[in-house]
Amino acid sequence: MKPPDFLYYDPQSVAEAVGLLASLENARLLAGGQSLMALLNMRYAFPDHLIDLNRIDALAGITREGDEIRIGAMTRQRDIEDSALVRDGLPLLIEALSHVGHRQTRNRGTIGGSLCHLDPAAEQVAVANNLDAVVEIAGIRGERRMPVAEFTVGFMTTALEPDEMVTAVRFPILPKGHGFSFMELARRHGDFAIVSVAATLVYDGAGKVERAAVTLSGVDAVPLRMVEAEAMLAGRVPDEALVHQAARTAAGIEALEDAMVPSWYRRQVAETMMRRALVAADARANKGH
Amino acid sequence: MGVSDLPEGSTTRRIEVTVNGEVRSAEVPVRLMVGDFLRQNLKLTGTHFGCEHGVCGACTILFDGRAVRSCLMLAVQADGHEITTIEGLALSTDTLHPLQEAFCRTHGLQCGFCTPGMLTTLIEFLEDCPDPTPEEIRVAISGNICRCTGYEGIVAAALEAAEVLRARRAGAA
Repeated sequence: MKPPDFLYYDPQSVAEAVGLLASLENARLLAGGQSLMALLNMRYAFPDHLIDLNRIDALAGITREGDEIRIGAMTRQRDIEDSALVRDGLPLLIEALSHVGHRQTRNRGTIGGSLCHLDPAAEQVAVANNLDAVVEIAGIRGERRMPVAEFTVGFMTTALEPDEMVTAVRFPILPKGHGFSFMELARRHGDFAIVSVAATLVYDGAGKVERAAVTLSGVDAVPLRMVEAEAMLAGRVPDEALVHQAARTAAGIEALEDAMVPSWYRRQVAETMMRRALVAADARANKGH
Repeated sequence: MGVSDLPEGSTTRRIEVTVNGEVRSAEVPVRLMVGDFLRQNLKLTGTHFGCEHGVCGACTILFDGRAVRSCLMLAVQADGHEITTIEGLALSTDTLHPLQEAFCRTHGLQCGFCTPGMLTTLIEFLEDCPDPTPEEIRVAISGNICRCTGYEGIVAAALEAAEVLRARRAGAA
């Protein structure tokens, strides 16, 4: 038994959970536990109250709503991988999930937990950023929605108020035939990414890029949208020179540095991976559609 | 919702868990890990704790049929659920599971510390993926660390067991 002492709660509804959050000091929400339980075991986290969301059935589930796929916050990564709806509508997310931890952690880990933990290298956060997903938030004062770019405030810090929780994520479905690629460099399969890149390309009928989205993850505190590269690609028919030019924008980023990976290495890898991801996304697109 | 309607916090809980087909109940501290519950309360010491923070995979159990790390789950979270441990894999006291037999034949273990986690992980994987490639097996066990075998025997065991299980399924059909 290694976690520090806490009082345990297992609310049955979102109303109960946010009620508890609002009335308790130093409370933490427990989602899939694949990060928080380790933090508790290692005594990095000392909550006085642990609010377990695993008994709230309403928080899990995947539905299509118009041009969006809504994924409940407590939906397990494994169930997302197995979902025909997601395979069909959000292929980028499926590709990204294969890099998330391991089979055993994806069986428990949740998409909402990953968004709220907000590790700088989190793949699901990178995908949410790339697809301009929107987070559904509940608190005692009501519900609100927020674009992921606003939600990810800084290093492991979200825009949630202390009495609020994430209840779902809404992903826009890109048009059929769009190009996508998720690539990651990690020392071992399932490790935290040194750099990962998510790229999506939507084309018009003439083969020109209508919407380009390129997200680098693991290089900064929160996912980084490469807006300069996106602007270069927009309205153009991608060729080798253009892709190289777009990828070179990664040379200008302020990349994180840690004991294992110097900043210059992350920048160099980011450029290479951006180039490869754009080539892969372009090759995969069905432009005749 | 008024504050008085909110659930109370607990320091201990009575839980009821089906472990290897048998209903077991106990009063447990809320911070007890499910792996410690199995080892200490139920004396099922086949589930091994290695790193105890979700890296090594040794403590993997089947929770409602899915492979999970028992060092990252509280015992209270297992209340009302089903768990299968290494002790529940053999078909009877003298007949091992085909995967266990394959591990013996192909030298899929030396010290045996990682083996319970390897077996539980692979049992779930082979149900999902009955005809895997060696590469798929390597990805499936990427969350399980073995310091003895170099993994070759483990991959061979999984391939062999997959074949036995496929033949058995075809025979039963």
